[in-house]
Amino acid sequence: MSAEFASIRPALAEAARPAAPPRRRPVVAIVLFLALAAMPLAVSLGLPAHWLTLVTRALIFAIAALSLDLILGVGGLVSFGHAAFIGIGAYATGIMITEGRSEALLILPVILAACALFAAITGAVSLRTRGVAFIMITLAFGQMAYFLAQALSAYGGDDGLTLYERSTLAGFKPFANRTSFYYVTLATLAGCYLLISTIVASRFGRALRAARENATRVTVTGYDVGRIRLIAYVISGMIAGLSGFLLANQTDFVSPAFISWQRSGELIFMVVLGGVGSLHGAIIGALAYLFAEDVLSGWTEHWRVIFGPLIVLFVLFTRGGLVGIIGKLGGRRDD
Amino acid sequence: MTTSLLIVQILNGLQFGILLFLVAAGLTLVFGVMDFINLAHGVQYMLGAYLAVTFVGLTGSFVLGLALALAAALLIGLALEFLVFRHLYERDHLDQVLATFGLILLLNQGVKIIWGAAPLSVPVPEFLTGSIRLMDGILYPVYRVALIGSGLAVGGLLWFIVEKTRTGMLLRAGASNASMVSALGVDIRKLFMIVFAFGTMLAGFAGAMAAPILSVEPGMGDTVLILAFVVIVVGGIGSIRGAFVGALIVGLVDTLGRSFMNDLLRLFMSAPSARATGAALSSMLIYLVMAIVLFVRPEGLLPAKGRS
Repeated sequence: MSAEFASIRPALAEAARPAAPPRRRPVVAIVLFLALAAMPLAVSLGLPAHWLTLVTRALIFAIAALSLDLILGVGGLVSFGHAAFIGIGAYATGIMITEGRSEALLILPVILAACALFAAITGAVSLRTRGVAFIMITLAFGQMAYFLAQALSAYGGDDGLTLYERSTLAGFKPFANRTSFYYVTLATLAGCYLLISTIVASRFGRALRAARENATRVTVTGYDVGRIRLIAYVISGMIAGLSGFLLANQTDFVSPAFISWQRSGELIFMVVLGGVGSLHGAIIGALAYLFAEDVLSGWTEHWRVIFGPLIVLFVLFTRGGLVGIIGKLGGRRDD
Repeated sequence: MTTSLLIVQILNGLQFGILLFLVAAGLTLVFGVMDFINLAHGVQYMLGAYLAVTFVGLTGSFVLGLALALAAALLIGLALEFLVFRHLYERDHLDQVLATFGLILLLNQGVKIIWGAAPLSVPVPEFLTGSIRLMDGILYPVYRVALIGSGLAVGGLLWFIVEKTRTGMLLRAGASNASMVSALGVDIRKLFMIVFAFGTMLAGFAGAMAAPILSVEPGMGDTVLILAFVVIVVGGIGSIRGAFVGALIVGLVDTLGRSFMNDLLRLFMSAPSARATGAALSSMLIYLVMAIVLFVRPEGLLPAKGRS
C-alpha cells in the first residue's frame, strides 16, 4: 500500500456513498420494474388503454433521463443539450425509414455511431470548461443540432418528417403492436439501468463520482479525469440515442422540436424531480413528469401556467426529489 | 452595389450586436456579482417588448410608453426577485437553472393568455421615421441609428457606473468576494437587489427598443437568451467589456453570415446545394465561432479579473 492509495481512500469512500442507503436501493428498483412489467395486465383488466401509450412514452423518456443522470447525477456535470442525442437518434431513424432502411439492426448501429461521434466532439470542447460555462456550452451545442435539423429541408425541415412505417427488428414487427412495443421499451430501459448501475459501481464509476467531489484529488491519484468524464459523456449520449429511436417509432414523426433546449430542460427536471444521482429516481421522475403533464394538459391548454410554478415550488421546498420523499415516508433518515 | 449592401449589413450587425449587449450585460452582471444563473432573463426581454406594445398603445406616445414599460419591467423584476430569486442565491446552479426554467414556462404561457399567441407590433415613433443618407446610394433607417446610439449610451453609462462610482466599486468587490464585502458593513442583500433590478431593466429596455423593428411574440425571449449566453461565454463570463465585444462579434457574424453565406458558398458549389448548406451553416455559424473561441481560450476572450 503506497501513500497514493491512502490519499484517494477518503475521496472514494465518500463517493461510493450512494444517494439512498444501499440496501433499499435494489428493493425500490425491483418493485418499480415489477409494477411496470404488470402494466399491460392492469390495462387488460380495465385500466384506461391510453395509459399504456402514456407509460410507454414515459419509459422512453426515462431511458434518456437515466442516461443524463450518469453525467449529471453521478458525474456532477449539468448538460443542458441532452435532447440533441434524442434528436440524433430520432432523425437517424426517420431518415433511414424514409429511405427504405427500416431494419433496427441497421438503424441502431448508425445511431450509436452518430451519437458517439457527436458526443466525442462536443464533449471534448465542453469538458474543457466547468460549472456554468459547461451548462451554457452544452446548451449551445444542443442549439446547433436544432438548427441543423431545421435546415434538413429534404427531410421536412421546420415542419418535421412523418414516418409512414415503423421499424422492424430482425424481420419481426414488435413496434406495430402496442403491448409488444411496451415490452421492448421496458426491456431496453431495464438493460440500460443494469448497464449504468454496473458502470456506477465499477472502479470507473467510483472515479467519476469521486471527481465530482474533488477532481484534483482524483487526478493526483493517477486517474485522467478528463478522459473519464468524456467516456461517461459518450456512453450517456449513445444511450439517449436509443430513446430517440423508440420515440420516433412511437410518435411516427420527427421534428426539430425534439431537440429544442426546452426539451433538454425537461430532461434535467425529470432527473431532479426523481432524485439526482439515484438511477431509479430518473425513471420515477420521468413517469411523474409525463403523468403530471397528461393530467394538467387534460384540464387546460394553458397547463404550463400551472406547471411552471409547480417546478419553482418543487425546487424551493424539496430536497432529494421524489426518491428522497419516498425514503422519508419509509421512516429512515439518510442524514 | 455590393459594397453598399455590405455597409448596410455591417450596420445591421452592429445594431443586432448592441441589442444583444443590452440583454447580455444584465445577464452577466447578475452572474458575475451574485453567481446566479437566470434563465428567465430572456422572458424579461420579452416582457419589455409586450409592455411597450401595451403602454405605447395606451398613451399614444413612444417615449412615455417606453418609460412606463421600463418602470413596469422593473416592478415585475423586483417582484420576481422577492418571490423567487432571493431564495435561490445560496443554492447550487442546478436549482437556479430549474426554478428559472419553471418561470419561463409560466411567463411564456402567461403572455399567450394575456396578449394572445399572434405576433404584435409597435409603430416606429414618428420623430424617428425616415432614413439617413450615409453616402451616395446608402440609406439607413433613423430608428436603427437611434437604437445603436441609445445602446452605446447605455453601455457607456454602465461602464461609468461599474468602473467609476462607489456602487460600482462595491459591485466589483462583491463579485470577487461577497462575504468579505458583507463583513465590511455593506448591505449585500440590498446590493444584490439593485444589481438584479438593474439587469432586469436593461433586458426590458432591449425588448422595448426592439419592439418596433421585430415582431413581438411569445417565445421571442428564448432565442435571445441563448444568443446572450453565447455572447457572455465568448466574451468571458462576468465581464461587461467581454459582453460588449462578444455581442458585437456575435451580431456581426450572425448578420453577415446570413446575408453572404450563400454567395460565398456559390463560389464552390452549385446554387441549390449552396442554398441548403448556407441555411444550415449560417444558423450554426455563431455556435461554431463559440466552440473555436472556447477551444483556444476556455475563459472567453476578455474574462473578468479575479475570476478564473
